[in-house]
Amino acid sequence: MSEMTRPTAAAPLPVRPPSGCPAGPPPHADLLDRGDPHTAFGVLRTTEPISKVSLADGSWAWLATRYADIRAILGDTRFSSDPTVPGYPLSGMTGGGNTDNRGFIRRDPPEHTRLRRMVTREFMVKRVEALRPRIQRLTDDLCDAMERTRERTDGPVDLVEALALPVPSLVISLLLGVPYDDHETFQRLTGTLLARAVPDAERAAARGELRDYLDRLVTAKGAAPGDDILGRLITEQQRTGEITHDDVTAFAALLLIAGHETTANMIGLSALTLMRDPEAADRLRRDPALIRGAVEELLRFHSIIRNGPRRAATADIEIDGHLIRAGEGVVVAVASANRDDRVFADADRFDPGRPNAQHHVAFGYGIHQCLGQALARVELQVVIDTLLRRFPAMRPAVPVEEIPFRTDMSIYGCHALPVTW
Amino acid sequence: MKITLDADACCGAGQCVLIAPEVFDQRDEDGVVVLLDAEPPAERHDAVREAAAICPAAVIGIHA
Repeated sequence: MSEMTRPTAAAPLPVRPPSGCPAGPPPHADLLDRGDPHTAFGVLRTTEPISKVSLADGSWAWLATRYADIRAILGDTRFSSDPTVPGYPLSGMTGGGNTDNRGFIRRDPPEHTRLRRMVTREFMVKRVEALRPRIQRLTDDLCDAMERTRERTDGPVDLVEALALPVPSLVISLLLGVPYDDHETFQRLTGTLLARAVPDAERAAARGELRDYLDRLVTAKGAAPGDDILGRLITEQQRTGEITHDDVTAFAALLLIAGHETTANMIGLSALTLMRDPEAADRLRRDPALIRGAVEELLRFHSIIRNGPRRAATADIEIDGHLIRAGEGVVVAVASANRDDRVFADADRFDPGRPNAQHHVAFGYGIHQCLGQALARVELQVVIDTLLRRFPAMRPAVPVEEIPFRTDMSIYGCHALPVTW
Repeated sequence: MKITLDADACCGAGQCVLIAPEVFDQRDEDGVVVLLDAEPPAERHDAVREAAAICPAAVIGIHA
């Protein structure tokens, strides 16, 4: 057992790399090192794969950094996803410590299984593939608007505002059944929630307004349920007494939030990566069949979920010789697992043709693995293919040092991405 | 190769369908995995092994 190897002091979460740059940085190293944790994760994977970290509220948790350990933890339901379980490391996590009417991602089986299965079919591969033409159409419409903006202003266009945020917002509106007349309100509120330059009070107000909006939407759908996710939840689950009105609203909030910020940031980072790697962009443009694999590599390489997911041990569990005791919390660094050289050769390199890219755990692993992953994949494939075809000359309109990266957020990406072409 | 499934444990991530669509599908009513071909031909064995390796709930069993 590993009692001897346990450090006594807990280090802070490695949100910032140590100063100094290794000789001959790999391509994109400058993107990574901008407040990124990868250098620190790399050291931990070698020297102390399960280490103690301090959290913002003064508590501590274990930090797992190796691919194999992370799959072992996320694949073991004795590690609980319920933030009300003793030891769950809430401090500093995505979405904060709010445990009110939590969605299924913060529950354990059997409740997790029961709730997740109510919406699983909505995101299954064939359903999502059937949506591809509509996703293509709305992406084309947004690209048309970008061209008009560019002609009108002759200045740079913010790709985050013009494309990365609206694509997932419009897609989830479509799936949930947000009426077309409400799209503007819906996009304004979700945009405020995700923007950086918004005072906390305004963000809190937007959160309240969105909650009220979703509550009213679920009520309105109760009167006339449509052919959409909320309509089906109401007719098949709420009316049969399986779930309440508030549960339907919680589903709406979860599906909206889980699918929006994540996809939007992957769109921004993917576009930036390909603008800065013309050779890879050319390869994908010449052979669009490679885009599918390139999307897996982009997911692996960027691993936008930082400092999570989180679990609490409900039993004493040994992971690779290291004992985690019941009641102790674990921060599972999927971003580190995806850079583990034991699994991904030359892992800090972006290689759009990487054969085992799909082994990444960017969507998590275990029974909580992202429900919307097929949808996220299609959105990314469509957007990347469209940008490569329609804007072959697109480039950042500012030096990369001036791009505001989300080093201050638990989901990584760019706050804004000014582009020109 | 003979494939078995522990469908009760399936979380419907759908990665098996993406990797080996001739072998795996998802149930219309709840997205849970179904087997289209329990004894696939040799040319699909690599894809099936890949699907089993990636499956987040480890529900795909492969027997010689």
